[in-house]
Amino acid sequence: MTSTNKLLLEAKGITKYFGTITALENVNLKVHEGECLGVVGDNGAGKSTLMKVLSGLYKPSAGALFFEGKEHVLDSPKDSQNLGLEMVYQDLALAGNLPIGENIFLGREPTKNIGFLKFLDFKKIQEMTSAHLEKLKINVKSADQKVEELSGGQRQAVAIARSTAFNAKVVIMDEPTAALAIKEVGKVLDLINKLKSTGVGVIVISHRMDDIFTVCDRVMALFQGTNFAESQLDKTSRDEVIGWIMGKK
Amino acid sequence: MDDKEKKQDSLYVKLIPYFEKYGILLLLVIMILVMHILQPDVFLSWRNVTNVFKQISWQSMLALGVFMVIVTAGIDLSVGSIMMLSLMILAIVAKAGAPWFIVVLVPLFAGFLCGLINGLGITLLRMPHPFIMTLGTLYIFRGTGNLISGGTPISGFTDEVRYLGHGRIDLTWLGLEKSQYLPVSLVLIAVVYFVFWVFLNHSRTGKWIYAIGGNPSAARASGINVNKILIIVYSLCGFLSGIGALILAGRTDSGYPNAGLQSELDAIAACIIGGASLFGGRGTVLGVFAGVMIMGILRNGLNLMDVSSFWQQVLIGSIIVLAVYVDVLRRDFGTRK
Repeated sequence: MTSTNKLLLEAKGITKYFGTITALENVNLKVHEGECLGVVGDNGAGKSTLMKVLSGLYKPSAGALFFEGKEHVLDSPKDSQNLGLEMVYQDLALAGNLPIGENIFLGREPTKNIGFLKFLDFKKIQEMTSAHLEKLKINVKSADQKVEELSGGQRQAVAIARSTAFNAKVVIMDEPTAALAIKEVGKVLDLINKLKSTGVGVIVISHRMDDIFTVCDRVMALFQGTNFAESQLDKTSRDEVIGWIMGKK
Repeated sequence: MDDKEKKQDSLYVKLIPYFEKYGILLLLVIMILVMHILQPDVFLSWRNVTNVFKQISWQSMLALGVFMVIVTAGIDLSVGSIMMLSLMILAIVAKAGAPWFIVVLVPLFAGFLCGLINGLGITLLRMPHPFIMTLGTLYIFRGTGNLISGGTPISGFTDEVRYLGHGRIDLTWLGLEKSQYLPVSLVLIAVVYFVFWVFLNHSRTGKWIYAIGGNPSAARASGINVNKILIIVYSLCGFLSGIGALILAGRTDSGYPNAGLQSELDAIAACIIGGASLFGGRGTVLGVFAGVMIMGILRNGLNLMDVSSFWQQVLIGSIIVLAVYVDVLRRDFGTRK
């Protein structure tokens, strides 16, 4: 499927130094429409650094990012968001005291004007939230429920919904199932499959082979800041991928 | 049987949000009833009720400002000093013979500037906690107020300047007696609280203030300029303290060095009684108003009954602890599955 679908994001020769430390060296990465790429690697292999480069949080020391075939220089996460590239952080980045809908639209709330004053359009927030949750088949009691009242899995679902509320084309997820109860992992993985079916390109960073082998189409391993191995998922095995993480081919 | 239990359960569950929102008002109503029973002739008389509102008028401004700061998980210890400094500047400008509309605007501007200094200090100087910055300015602003006034009271303002704190709205056209007037400060409280309720609940900036209190890193990740919002919040808090100074000038007709001494603690107490959390993100404007009213009614009622002010301190302290304990119990109850 990957060869026929449109190439969304490509990173070429990404290198990143922190002082004298080389975190990434000449790393390449590609994601197509509707494809899920799994990124694996041991702690310190450079996964997080690579994701931060992709989201615009870090500037690469060398290399280039291409989005839908065009080269872009990202100065901040705002730039990558504008291109349609969203990050789902490991610590979820939700405000527990606010309702689901207001979290999804936080920072980008729809407003209506009364005279020269702008007021929040709660009705629109609720309608858009319900429609969006419906589209992703996320079940919650209501869009008005506070996030702190949700389970870990529901929160992760809201975080993913948040990342895709503004027509994201590529979503990067950092350990999306790390803090979840076992029965909730399945729901989040279903959600990732749902995203893929709507044409979104997904990058999943995970330690869990179950996650990788449930949702990904392709897997690449980083080892000590370099591309170590890459394969279509159906042409590899769990044992082989675990070997890559430890630096064995 | 099981069904019945379930029904009852769900009734409780449905009631919880209302308790969360209006429970504090219930406490207020109970207090009013108790005071009325204890002092049936005086407490609910027109004169005494307007008196309570006049007494809480300037505290309610400080409490509202501190409340916004507390929602961001910050604290402002300097509001009493901001009010004192603004009051002293007002007095000096008034004595210098400036026209009344300048005298009225000066404390608002001074308060705003003081708040801006707090906000800039917390964000630009990267103070580890707002407690430190505002503890510093608590001393700095009061010291400055004493420096510019020589530490002596300055009295005597014109009626226009005193209008907000001292003015009366005549209600004889409603067939009421001359003594049954509406204090201007009561109308001012209502207007200011309404405006800030709209601001906090129906504007993007207001929503972001709550978001910052809930999870600052989420706010940042959402592209919200957290520092800018914090500077706005502390500036508005200073501005409200400036309004407090203007009201106090009207009520006392004097700028005096002890103005607002320890009132920052009263303001924090009112917020906490009203259900705000020092961890941020929680609390309502209505709750703060109820908190201010509870403290005001308690003081007023105990004065009417001739209870010593030492007992008032003990009681207010107890109410703070009790109110927060009730909140803890309610949260336990609300989250138990």
